[in-house]
Amino acid sequence: MSDCISPSDLKLAQRLMSFTEAGMPLVDDPWAWLAGRMELPVEETLALLQRLQDSGAIRRIAAVPNHYRLGYTFNGMTVWDVDDEHIDRLGQEVGNFHFVSHCYRRPRREGWRYNLFAMVHGLSAEEIERERDLVRRHLGEHCRADTMLVSSKILKKTGLRIHSKPKE
Amino acid sequence: MTELDDFDRRLLNRLQHGLPLVRHPWQELASELDAPQERIRQRLQELLDDGTLTRFGPMYDIEQLGGAFTLAALSVPEERFDEVARQLDQIAAVAHNYRREHEYNMWFVLATATPQGILDTIGEIEQLTGLSVLNLPKETTYHVGLHFPL
Repeated sequence: MSDCISPSDLKLAQRLMSFTEAGMPLVDDPWAWLAGRMELPVEETLALLQRLQDSGAIRRIAAVPNHYRLGYTFNGMTVWDVDDEHIDRLGQEVGNFHFVSHCYRRPRREGWRYNLFAMVHGLSAEEIERERDLVRRHLGEHCRADTMLVSSKILKKTGLRIHSKPKE
Repeated sequence: MTELDDFDRRLLNRLQHGLPLVRHPWQELASELDAPQERIRQRLQELLDDGTLTRFGPMYDIEQLGGAFTLAALSVPEERFDEVARQLDQIAAVAHNYRREHEYNMWFVLATATPQGILDTIGEIEQLTGLSVLNLPKETTYHVGLHFPL
């Protein structure tokens, strides 16, 4: 993971992204469909996908479930004040809980003491409380404080796109 | 809420781990799931059409492909909440914005082409709202992705 991708692959990846932003069609030969768009031979297209996946630029080629439609309507952003010397090990372990979708280390700030963020998902409010409790017990004495921020309203949701002109 | 049968569950659980990068991926999936590849694709299309799946395709780590991102928050006085939400709505670099129940009650993601773009946008938000932005860029990624046991 995280080998740097070459400048030429970066250009190809950006083209690939523009062709697949809305997803790929469920055709018999998806690599041939992509190769046609990219104007590359199929084998080269597949090799490019492999390189991008090996480097982590593509996480995987997958179907993204709508969590809400599958009943996972509850989520919470749990945040933890974890000992710096243990956070890398503990962050990995917390990320391995199956109900955690995102797990990151972020900086502490004045008035903000939490350095570990883990987004938890569940079928009910009680379930995410239980999940939070599992994380708390796992962190044990290495965590000094925690809280959970539950989202109560989506104010804006657009796909992540790179905006070159922030002052639009 | 979508009702999934046993085949759907096996299919979605398998696909959450990604399509294999082999020359004929549907063939491989068909043999793994012991189902004809036409049935697999037809069912996936139905689940896409009815909104159970939101997208089929490569999932990018967009940060490795250029661009800068951060998670940021504001502590907005209640009487100004809607006004500030509208102000952020006008800024293209604001990707997601959620109300969360906490002293920091507005949480959003910024996405710009360059690291400087993040700082410029934070400056713009602070000037526009008169509030100071809590900027929490990720330092280490431990995990991304959900593998629900469906």
